[in-house]
Amino acid sequence: MPLLETQKMTKDFYKLRAVSQLDFQVERGEIVAVIGPNGSGKSTFFNCVTHIYPATAGRVYYQERDITGLPTDKIIRLGVGRTFQLIQLFLEMTVFENMLLSVQEHRGTLLSRLFTKDDSGDVERAHEILEFLYISHLKDELASNLSYGQQKLLDFGMVLMPRPELVLLDEPTSGVEMEMRGRIMDYIRELNKQGQTFVVIEHNMDVVMNLCERIIVLDYGEKIAEGRPEEIQTNQRVIDAYFGVEE
Amino acid sequence: MIRWLFWGIIVAILCVLPRFLGDYTLYVVSLTYVYVTVAIGLNLTLGYANQVSLCHASFFGIGAYTMGLLLAQGWSFWLILPLSGIFAGLFGAVIGFPALKWKDHYLALITIAINIITFFVMMQESWLTGGPTGVSGITRPSIGSLSFTSDINYYYLLLVLFILAILASIWIVNSKWGRAFRAIGLNELAARGHGISSFNYKLLAFAVGAFFAGVGGGLFAPLLRYISPDAFTFFISLEFLIMIVIGGMGRIEGPIIGAIIVVMGPEVLRMAEAAYLIVYSLILILVMLFMRGGLVIVLDRLREAIPARIGSRR
Amino acid sequence: MANFIQLLIGGVSMGILYGVVAIGFVLLWQTSQTINFGQGELVMVPMFLMVALHIVLKIPFWPSFVLTLLGSGIMGYLFERLMIRKLLPGGVLVIVIATLGLSGFLRYGMQIAWTPQTLFFPHLFSTKPIELGDIIFSPEDIWNIVLISVIIIVLHLCIKRTKLGMAMQAVAQSRETAELMGINVRHIITLVFVLNSVLAGTAAVFAAPIFFVRYDIGIFLGVKAFVAAIIGGFNQIRGALVGGLTVGLAETFAAAYITTAYRDAFVMILLLVVLLIKPEGIVGIKEEAY
Repeated sequence: MPLLETQKMTKDFYKLRAVSQLDFQVERGEIVAVIGPNGSGKSTFFNCVTHIYPATAGRVYYQERDITGLPTDKIIRLGVGRTFQLIQLFLEMTVFENMLLSVQEHRGTLLSRLFTKDDSGDVERAHEILEFLYISHLKDELASNLSYGQQKLLDFGMVLMPRPELVLLDEPTSGVEMEMRGRIMDYIRELNKQGQTFVVIEHNMDVVMNLCERIIVLDYGEKIAEGRPEEIQTNQRVIDAYFGVEE
Repeated sequence: MIRWLFWGIIVAILCVLPRFLGDYTLYVVSLTYVYVTVAIGLNLTLGYANQVSLCHASFFGIGAYTMGLLLAQGWSFWLILPLSGIFAGLFGAVIGFPALKWKDHYLALITIAINIITFFVMMQESWLTGGPTGVSGITRPSIGSLSFTSDINYYYLLLVLFILAILASIWIVNSKWGRAFRAIGLNELAARGHGISSFNYKLLAFAVGAFFAGVGGGLFAPLLRYISPDAFTFFISLEFLIMIVIGGMGRIEGPIIGAIIVVMGPEVLRMAEAAYLIVYSLILILVMLFMRGGLVIVLDRLREAIPARIGSRR
Repeated sequence: MANFIQLLIGGVSMGILYGVVAIGFVLLWQTSQTINFGQGELVMVPMFLMVALHIVLKIPFWPSFVLTLLGSGIMGYLFERLMIRKLLPGGVLVIVIATLGLSGFLRYGMQIAWTPQTLFFPHLFSTKPIELGDIIFSPEDIWNIVLISVIIIVLHLCIKRTKLGMAMQAVAQSRETAELMGINVRHIITLVFVLNSVLAGTAAVFAAPIFFVRYDIGIFLGVKAFVAAIIGGFNQIRGALVGGLTVGLAETFAAAYITTAYRDAFVMILLLVVLLIKPEGIVGIKEEAY
């Protein structure tokens, strides 16, 4: 069984069909890219999987379990991590508080969270991740004082904090400088080797071709192609979708 | 170290204060302790979790009526006091449900509606609440031979509970709950995206905020020895709002500063009720226009300025 | 049956008044995302103005009326320029708190500056009951219904047919698009605030003889209008009207047939019920959240 599977997922905004009858599978240990022109329904797909809003139709399975309609936070606590296309941080909190917030609900019970301090392992891990992302010197800064690139890295770091089994990344390298982009890709590969599964929405084709073993192409909310990078590169429908069909 | 010394001195001053106060002033200071407790609750709900509550007077009232009515049934004060908080807290959790769906102005109106409805229930259901005349003859507690009946002894009881309430709020704010409250208040989408349940924490923010208000109510009833619906109208909710806005929302010191100003201000300035309401309404506007952080910002600046001065003298 | 029709007329006359105040509410919300918790005070102040001009200074009715509307307009202008313009970037909660402050300031300001007493205002129309078969009703109610309906229809035509009205609609739809079309959004927002105050001033003149003039009447009217706007549907002008009528009829009939004790609480309960069952309001349009 795949780690994540959607069956006939559909999302309508009023009369606009953003995602249409999408069947999608991710196996354990894969790195999958979701690509497609702007407005092709990639982010909407993520949002339906994590129930940011309900899908109009279709079902979502995670670890063989039907998670359709579960609240977002519950899905996240089952071991799904995600970033948003627009960075979502707690801007008026420090970098370090942001990191700890991203993991606190994964431990203990609601009541225990009133009485226990932060897990020392989590604190250590937060330091390590910030160190790796070259932003550990900013740990006591408010997140709002970070540059766009630094915020992007913090966002990425927060998702990794609870070691999610499935990581959904929405454009992880956009707005991140070259060198850091390479580092992020290496890190994703490293974590992938340790058993984490990644689904990545990405516009940068270098990243997609280098990082991913399998690519899914969306256009107008429909899956128009699926396959290995070299197959996708030569697929006529994909080329048409990206460059427009010449009459 | 200096901080502890500072707080020690403050507590010491509050301990010897009654010697220097007349009956009425003692009552006003006692009342301030009660109101601070309620305002701390509102600060948790609104200041930290950003959930608008304009019905904290209802929670306050539920606590007060719980105390007044159960005391009349012969229950012990020490048992009823936590019950006042728990009843108000449960009611708060129920009021939290609209907050799952509504924000800001909608929530403001819904909670105003709740306050108006509870006020009507207090007025109309006389079989339970005594109607417009309320509940009178409320007694003050004692432990063994130590009686809190006199104003001065009750003052000390309130002082102890006031300090406990502040410590409890500091504990909550610094706990993972407090962090989750702020997270929900700042960015609900991000919070959900990191596994923080808005369902749990919104209801909790209302429940905890209402708990403090309920305990405040439980202390209020024996202080006055008499309660009536007038003390729990929407305008009282508005006064709680004014307290935390003037003091500083989302700051521990906020409700303390705010309650001191709102409760003691009129007494010090000897103003008529309408006059101080004008002044406070005006301050509310001015704070929103020019100092959204509240008066606690002034304290912050002082705190920064004083060490700088000492440094420059060297 | 006769009783029913009498109550119906009374309820509609009351409801249409709430509706006018609620329309202003909706206009403010649509064009500037302002929630004005001081809306009731924007009715209360013109009531006192009317008393000052017509009764104290003994200026005839029509000049007083025009001056009152003028005063209302100026008040709306100052409200937007001095307060709202600075507060808008701070978000809804900031405006909620500040307008609550404004309402208190005007309310208790009036109490201190003038009087805590209730002032009476002469009826604009005859209240001598008309008998129509079994049905007895007051001409005042009929006049209120007719005249306010006319005002609402004129307002509606202005919004739908005139250039300025269309610009207002454009701003309500999308501020960005309106700016691209060359509409001065700032001016439109100021205009809507003035319009809102003038509407509230008009309502004040009709309401003064019915509710009497008192410094705290604004709470009563403001809350009812706000409830009306939500019950009817916040994103549409006709929603405000439907909401106003619903509130007026509901409280009239509830008082007559259920219990007078809970008359004012009944509207609040109605509000909670509507929010639970049809949260976008009776004629409101659902907005997809994201």
